[in-house]
Amino acid sequence: MNDLATYAFTSIGLFFFVAGSVGFLRFPDVFSRLHALTKADNLGLGFIALGIAFQAESWRLVALLFLIWGLMLLAAGTMSQLIARDALRERDGR
Amino acid sequence: MTLVLDLTLCALILAVALATVLGGGVFRAIVFFIVYGLLLSVAWVRLDAVDVALAEAAIGAGLTGVLFLSAFGKLARIGAEAEPPAARIRGFLPAALACAGLTGALAWAWFALPVPERPAPDLATALPRAGVENPVTAVLLNFRAWDTLLESIVLLAALIGVWMLARDEDWHDRFGLPQHVRPGGVMANFGRLLPPVGVLVGVYLVYVGADRPGGAFQGGTVLAAVGLVAALAGLLRPPRVTQIVWRMGLVAGPLVFLVAGIVGAILGAGFLTLPEPIAGSAIFVIEIALAISIAVTLAFLVIGPPEQGHRE
Repeated sequence: MNDLATYAFTSIGLFFFVAGSVGFLRFPDVFSRLHALTKADNLGLGFIALGIAFQAESWRLVALLFLIWGLMLLAAGTMSQLIARDALRERDGR
Repeated sequence: MTLVLDLTLCALILAVALATVLGGGVFRAIVFFIVYGLLLSVAWVRLDAVDVALAEAAIGAGLTGVLFLSAFGKLARIGAEAEPPAARIRGFLPAALACAGLTGALAWAWFALPVPERPAPDLATALPRAGVENPVTAVLLNFRAWDTLLESIVLLAALIGVWMLARDEDWHDRFGLPQHVRPGGVMANFGRLLPPVGVLVGVYLVYVGADRPGGAFQGGTVLAAVGLVAALAGLLRPPRVTQIVWRMGLVAGPLVFLVAGIVGAILGAGFLTLPEPIAGSAIFVIEIALAISIAVTLAFLVIGPPEQGHRE
């Protein structure tokens, strides 16, 4: 049962990662590429963390997995904002 | 299945290493270098060397990457971007041959050596007398204390080298350049959210170093990163060279280490040899002092020498 849940959730996570990577390669400008990377990949990472959580031996590991996911969300969100602002400034020639 | 994973990892490391050295501009090389460090730390985890993986991720990828990026930014600011001339294969040939030869020699040595016993028999008999349970910490802070002491002094020497680049009239100014951050903006909030978690992780890494992977270098680097994030978010103003508290922080590690070594000599165990009864607590104190010094030194290395930008 746990293994099944792991397979299911990590597959969903991988799908989002693939979608994010395709978007990163295919989208035309910095802003839409950032959108593909941060939104799709963060969701994918969340699903992978959820899938691995079913294999965890203790609640401590589960908590650590989701702490890592939370930190990644925070870092990715902040970095995409900073990169986008720099790209905006460059586009407007300021 | 794990073989596929390991082969993919090796192929990725090689590809990223090639992408780092084979031109494409300085900035791209730096980005690939950081990715290379992260992949290497994954490889160390696969080899069950979690201590090395932590050090590689924190120092090899993180700190060295930031140092390169800030150097690149500085070059761009003074208009001296050091873009390499168009790649000439002939110019790279001697270096490529030398590297290939070295790699070949190392591979030959690896196959020629006997498979080591783990843990090594000498270490296994000595470990109960070391005062700590993590064999890596036992080697770094007890059996091979010389190396670690000199490493901590080398860091200090590197910082003094960076400070020498300061101009005389800037000497009493704050380190680095002032950060312009929008109050209540994304960076300011990031600088408030991350440090509490970062401090917790850094202190934890120093604390568990005695029994499990972690230690002064890994924890100190995380603490340095926390300070840098707070400085980048404009929440901490960089200090000055002349502030005595920070200077004490810089020398605390090597100083405590030396004192512990001399105490060992006085108690008859020999210089830098920790006598068994006090080894555990001595290592604990040394680790804390070293972590403080490493954190302060690394953060100051990244911020750079005093500059006059802070003056109104």
